[in-house]
Amino acid sequence: MSRRRNPFRTEAEAYQLLLLTVVAFAAIGLASWLGGWKAGLPVWIVATAAAAWYYLRPLPDEPREKLGSAPRASDERRVLVVANETVAGRRLHEEVRRAVAGAGRASVLVVCPALNSPLRHFVSDEDAARAAAQERLDRSLRALREAGIEASGTVGDSDPLQAIEDALRTFGADVIVISTHPEGRSNWLERQVVQKARERFAAPITHVVVDLEAEAAAVPDSAAQ
Amino acid sequence: MEAHAHAEAHRHGPPPANVSSRIDARVLGMLLFIGSEIMLFGSFFTAYFFVRVVNHDPWPAKGDHLPVFVAGINTAILVTSSVTMHWALTSIKRGNRAGLRAGLALTFLMGLTFLLTQITEYARIGFAPHDNAFATIFFSLTGLHGAHVFVGLTLLLFATIRAFRGHFSPEHHHGVEIPGIYWHFVDVMWIVVYTTVYIL
Repeated sequence: MSRRRNPFRTEAEAYQLLLLTVVAFAAIGLASWLGGWKAGLPVWIVATAAAAWYYLRPLPDEPREKLGSAPRASDERRVLVVANETVAGRRLHEEVRRAVAGAGRASVLVVCPALNSPLRHFVSDEDAARAAAQERLDRSLRALREAGIEASGTVGDSDPLQAIEDALRTFGADVIVISTHPEGRSNWLERQVVQKARERFAAPITHVVVDLEAEAAAVPDSAAQ
Repeated sequence: MEAHAHAEAHRHGPPPANVSSRIDARVLGMLLFIGSEIMLFGSFFTAYFFVRVVNHDPWPAKGDHLPVFVAGINTAILVTSSVTMHWALTSIKRGNRAGLRAGLALTFLMGLTFLLTQITEYARIGFAPHDNAFATIFFSLTGLHGAHVFVGLTLLLFATIRAFRGHFSPEHHHGVEIPGIYWHFVDVMWIVVYTTVYIL
């Protein structure tokens, strides 16, 4: 989700809005005084358009200090897995197994962002998205358990970067595993989620590409063998 | 899973809220409140534009006069009170308690001056809300704003009392931040009200 200016997020931003309002309405008042409504109206339109552009245009992600991990036992390895539709992929489970291999103790937290359509997100209609994410998560946890990996899981924010940040506040991770569809089919790759996560978080990021179609096609083959 | 389902079946009350660190819940509350306020003011401005633009009623009505100069001075006082509000918050962020106290006290006093001046203006203005559509809209818009100033003053009073009791620190000053956002919003609305009702 793009970051935008919010005039009421902080007192400083509300104060800035006040100053801009004073300038804009002074210009509208002056134009109306000099040239009547025919002069005031264009100034009002320009001021409104400028305000809309200023507050609604997407902003680049602000550079921030990389978010680190919470302290934990020295022999414990913590793996944060972020995946959605690919959460039950075999390739991902192999990567998780590799990540915890050799550790004295291991904790795995799987986060499934509750992906939603922009319209549903806007009207806060996220129940179905969260239920679907919970279903995928349960399936994945079962698959991990069958593979001998004990993991816990949670449904996260619809923005995968925000979901990682939320998880890191309670779960200090040694490594973050992000699972996506292959290039061309992955919305997360299109949005450069992996690259942005590497810029934003201190823990090393492992990117796993899960091709669910290829895995599904491979299952009957291996069954036949 | 079974244990989870069992716990769900025996749990009472609403489902647990989805908590995200994307936005502070208190700031979100203020945002929603201000959103509803914008809609409230919007409905009053719709009435204003209907009377003035659609109906072409004279503004002000014949024989009535608006105290533009006094209201202009009052506007300057209100805008200045936002400057002192910002100063108060900037001060506490830097650990300057004296600046916080002085800023809040000045903001409160200037807000009170604004409100008392407006009440005096009502007493001397020479027309009443029931006289005509112009008078109704004038008192509705300025009265609605005045009510908001009163609420803002109440918030400021509590913040000021707390500041003089030693509350707030550079790390914890939400009790000043939230009234500050509200106060600036009230000032923004007054700029719009003053320009449309008194100037244009």
